Amino acid sequence: MLIGLFNNWIVVMLMMIGLYIVIAHGNLIKKIIGLTLFQTSVFIFYISMAKVVGGTAPILADDIIQYSNPLPHVLILTAIVVGIATIALALSLVIRIKAAYGSIEEEDIQRQDNQIKADKKERKQA
Amino acid sequence: MIDIVLLTLLLVVAIAIIRMKDLFAVVMLSGIYGLLSASFFVAMDAVDVAFTEAAVGAGISTLLMLVVITMTGRNENTTRHKPFPALVLVVITGSLLIYGTLDMPYFGSADAPVHSHVAPRYINDSMQEIGIPNIVTSILASYRAFDTFGELVVIFTAGIGVLALLSSVRRPIDGDKIVCINYSMHEQHLVVRIVTKMLIPFILLFALYVQFHGDFGPGGGFQAGVIFAAAIILYAMLFGLSTARIVINQPFIQLIAATGVLLYGSVGLVSLLNGGNFFDYNFLSNDPLSGQHLGILLIELGVGCTVASVMIIIFFNFADYRERQQSHENEQNQESS
Repeated sequence: MLIGLFNNWIVVMLMMIGLYIVIAHGNLIKKIIGLTLFQTSVFIFYISMAKVVGGTAPILADDIIQYSNPLPHVLILTAIVVGIATIALALSLVIRIKAAYGSIEEEDIQRQDNQIKADKKERKQA
Repeated sequence: MIDIVLLTLLLVVAIAIIRMKDLFAVVMLSGIYGLLSASFFVAMDAVDVAFTEAAVGAGISTLLMLVVITMTGRNENTTRHKPFPALVLVVITGSLLIYGTLDMPYFGSADAPVHSHVAPRYINDSMQEIGIPNIVTSILASYRAFDTFGELVVIFTAGIGVLALLSSVRRPIDGDKIVCINYSMHEQHLVVRIVTKMLIPFILLFALYVQFHGDFGPGGGFQAGVIFAAAIILYAMLFGLSTARIVINQPFIQLIAATGVLLYGSVGLVSLLNGGNFFDYNFLSNDPLSGQHLGILLIELGVGCTVASVMIIIFFNFADYRERQQSHENEQNQESS
């Protein structure tokens, strides 16, 4: 069972490492990389589900009888490209956050936001 | 056997990413992670996916993150919030997921549920219905063309989003042209400049090959677009952004991005106008098989155009923002001194 389910367990471990990076690290770039890790682990999950022992790549040729399943490949192709689109957008948001707050650490940003809120309250009361 | 080794290496790289504080090393490790995933996909017979992951995950993604960390700082803050609750949550979720995988079919079994229903139909019937050897391309471009249309629009939207966030109206300065002809930032990197100038035509040619041979081997619009953009980005990195902006006209690239999406949608509309369903290529020509070939060719062209232009747009906007930031800092330093 260890060999049969090894791929799935590695996928779960990679997914959890990615999730841990997103939750526990304050730097925004590190969070984005954690998200990339999470994403790629899902890709590995789908692609190892598609593999058939004794099959080859799903390109039709005359002397091959067994092919690996092409459907998850198509889904993951779309997912990889959508993933890079969201990463590019997330990175441009990080650039703008750095310009607005001066830092990309979650704690600094949170502190500045709370400071702005406290200043607004003081000004309303005064 | 090799996939077990690759997966273990992936795990080691992932743990190293957690531990490192230097963001430059972390980005490089994520590039290695992408490359190892691409090798794993080849071992799993997913050649198209491996191609895309190598180009996108190990190439473009690493490049964009490196450009961003030059602007946002290289090191992570050393104090972190307490990791213990996160660790507990992650361990609980992980053990629940592993408990869920105990029912799953073993790796590589030919009677798993995923291999029934639609997949055998694609494998057995795609040669008569569509007539191209690469089953992944025929599913992507014909059977599931609508999903690929959505994917293309997502990439286009990301390009628009980056333009909205980072671009600004540039006043063309005459000094620009003089600066870039006289001053090349990398005069000392003579070997790199000469070799790159020789390589760029071959990279572009390879991109076109991948675009048009996606029917017969691994390849297609996405991979070709990314490789094309990589050649242009290489030129921009070595010869300076102002030189690259003279060679590659920015409004033209934005027009090409929109034209790709328009081309893809038009193929679907023409099928509608000819009496079939949306994206039903059988109605594009006199006999269904040549209609399918024409349809796949046109939409892959649209995909290649848009992906290449959007990657170029994203890189140029990131690099341009950095240049503007640096020139603002230089002006402020000059004013204060």
